[in-house]
Amino acid sequence: MVEESYINIYNKHRELLQTTSAAPLDAIRDEAFDVFCRMGFPTDEQERYKRSNISDVFATEYGMNIRRIEIASTTAPYKCDVPGLKTHNFYVVNDIFAEAIAKDEIAELSKLGVVAGSLSTVAKEHPEIISKYYGKIAPHSSDVMVAFNTAFAQDGFVLYVPKNVQIERPIQLINMMHADFDLLATSRNLIILEENASAKVIICNHSESGHKFLANRVTEVSLAENSVYSHYEISDSERQTTNIGSLYVEQTKSSVANINNITLRTGYTRNNIRINLSGEHAETTLCGIVIGDEHDHIDNDTYINHKVSHCKSTELFKYVMDDCSYGSFAGRILVEKNAQKTEAYQSNKNICAKTTAKMYTKPQLEIYADDVKCSHGATVGQIEDEALFYLRTRGISEKEARMLLLLAFTNDIVEKIDIEALRNRIKVLIEKRFRRETHKCTTCNSCHN
Amino acid sequence: MLLEIKNLHAIIKSNGKEILKGIDLSINAGEVHAIMGPNGSGKSTLSSVLAGNPSYEVTEGEVIFNGKNLLELSPEDRSHEGLFLSFQYPVEIPGVSMSNFMRAAINEHRKYKGLEPLSASDFLKLMREKQEYVELNNKLAGRSVNEGFSGGEKKRNEIFQMAMLEPKLSILDETDSGLDIDALRIVAGGVNKLKSSENASIVITHYQRLLDYIVPDFVHVLYKGKIVKSAGKELALELEEKGYDWIKKELGE
Ligand SMILES: Nc1ncnc2c1ncn2[C@@H]1O[C@H](COP(=O)(O)OP(=O)(O)OP(=O)(O)O)[C@@H](O)[C@H]1O
Ligand SMILES: [Mg+2]
Repeated sequence: MVEESYINIYNKHRELLQTTSAAPLDAIRDEAFDVFCRMGFPTDEQERYKRSNISDVFATEYGMNIRRIEIASTTAPYKCDVPGLKTHNFYVVNDIFAEAIAKDEIAELSKLGVVAGSLSTVAKEHPEIISKYYGKIAPHSSDVMVAFNTAFAQDGFVLYVPKNVQIERPIQLINMMHADFDLLATSRNLIILEENASAKVIICNHSESGHKFLANRVTEVSLAENSVYSHYEISDSERQTTNIGSLYVEQTKSSVANINNITLRTGYTRNNIRINLSGEHAETTLCGIVIGDEHDHIDNDTYINHKVSHCKSTELFKYVMDDCSYGSFAGRILVEKNAQKTEAYQSNKNICAKTTAKMYTKPQLEIYADDVKCSHGATVGQIEDEALFYLRTRGISEKEARMLLLLAFTNDIVEKIDIEALRNRIKVLIEKRFRRETHKCTTCNSCHN
Repeated sequence: MLLEIKNLHAIIKSNGKEILKGIDLSINAGEVHAIMGPNGSGKSTLSSVLAGNPSYEVTEGEVIFNGKNLLELSPEDRSHEGLFLSFQYPVEIPGVSMSNFMRAAINEHRKYKGLEPLSASDFLKLMREKQEYVELNNKLAGRSVNEGFSGGEKKRNEIFQMAMLEPKLSILDETDSGLDIDALRIVAGGVNKLKSSENASIVITHYQRLLDYIVPDFVHVLYKGKIVKSAGKELALELEEKGYDWIKKELGE
């Protein structure tokens, strides 16, 4: 049984886990572990995991850094080049927050009353914040990937933005996988915006080459009344890397969320994205771009729950699958009985550039209210022959013409990115990705995009 | 000779149906050839086959363009060699801007000739200059290729692209259809401005009207996949007056 070795690790290191982390994390650790023992890893026999057998993913023997030894430098920053963009930069190396190099940023943000930094440290220094939100948005009682994360989580990133505070510069969190052996990282992020607060967070998931990495990350986002939040998660990792991400967003009255998930490259990806619209007039935009080739596996499972009236959600995912890649999109939208005047729009468009690439799409609208505006559409197509021919008759080579058409396909989502420098950077990265060119940032060699 | 088509047969790949059933046509530099013929006779198929549309397969015959075996070239190399097709139905390509499209096209043409890519400012200058040929609005540059263009704008856009690429042989497939009187004059004016003793064009049309502006040296009638009649410009007038029945009769139908 795949779970057994993890159960043994937990039982053996339970005390160590507790001594290395803070009380609010330990408070729910055992109950989360019990849920994991009871449910086990998801397999493809479960409907929601039909396209991703998580149990298989965990069958590989990975090391876990429960002792918190320094296995990679947490002082040398891995900078991602985004020309023209100045961010508050933070790093989580595997599952340890890089504290030493974050001091200046933490101090600067604290002048605004913002609490940012290591989950473990903030849990000790501000237990009132962490106890109030930690484990309250992502349900370890029903989602086994959250339960597993909660059982083993020791650190991660926290951002707490108090009432009426607007953070101008985007926050950039770089998750870097780096070790001399195969490693499983369990990191946990908590992002809280109080009333009228606003922030933009860019999360970059990268990995070094040479070893197999598995990251099981959970991010909880709490958006209070009138808060405005943008979230850009960009994964650009080695093929040997597996990312399992769970993003839970809780939106209250009149909050606005703009959530983006871009998988440029990663061997194996499963994202669970859950957005609860629990306050009237909350609005959410959820966008995703996936680029797969070779044997990449990318599975996004999204769920937007309209719990109350007058909320609006717009969801748009686009996949470009090439070679023997395997893509899956599941988009569930639930409009509860009382959620009158809901507007919910969903679209999933996909291109399989080769016949060997596979794409599965499953839109799922469940509407229990009667006065709503909802639409959904899903398509799987190829590059349009007519358009390709038209471009070629003007002298554009087939390769270049394909690239132009693929860029055009993803363009409408890219254009929505509300940070100009990031938008321009993503354009360049996507183009390089389609050209299968490699690029190097000036100060870091970690991505091989 | 600029273009020589000999006994060209072509089928639709998807259903194997033969559309072109032995076309012969020779064109010299400096000439304008009009091709007329009833709907469905194969005029657009001939243009597509010459431009290299992979939906069709040539089963017999040969085409020599500018001394080269045209049928061996990719669509892009046909363009590089100087062939241009103004589409009867220009394709809308959302998300690809006209300027990116034309920059890619111009630079690939230059690369083929061993030239450096055009600088951004030279390119913009060229765009502006050529837009004037067909009185196209400068706002066009930022718009997606043909997306939301009116019928007339699409046709003008084709001639704009032709002006950008300066082809040796242009095939204008019903470039006059959907144009109002002014637009027709503008488009024909653009074509005439580009005309020289070095290049040639094939003008496919149903109406004499266009041929008042672009005066052909030869008029051919394409019927059931073959050129069944060729004559001077007076043939177009005769067709306008009498229709195609008399030709069908001549053929013994
Ligand atoms: N890709 C295709 N698939 C199926 N049928 C086709 C295809 N291309 C051409 N045809 C058929 O071949 C015949 C010739 O078509 P073509 O478009 O060449 O005619 P045309 O002479 O240009 O007509 P029009 O004057 O109406 O433009 C028609 O019967 C048409 O339906
Ligand atoms: Mg036609």
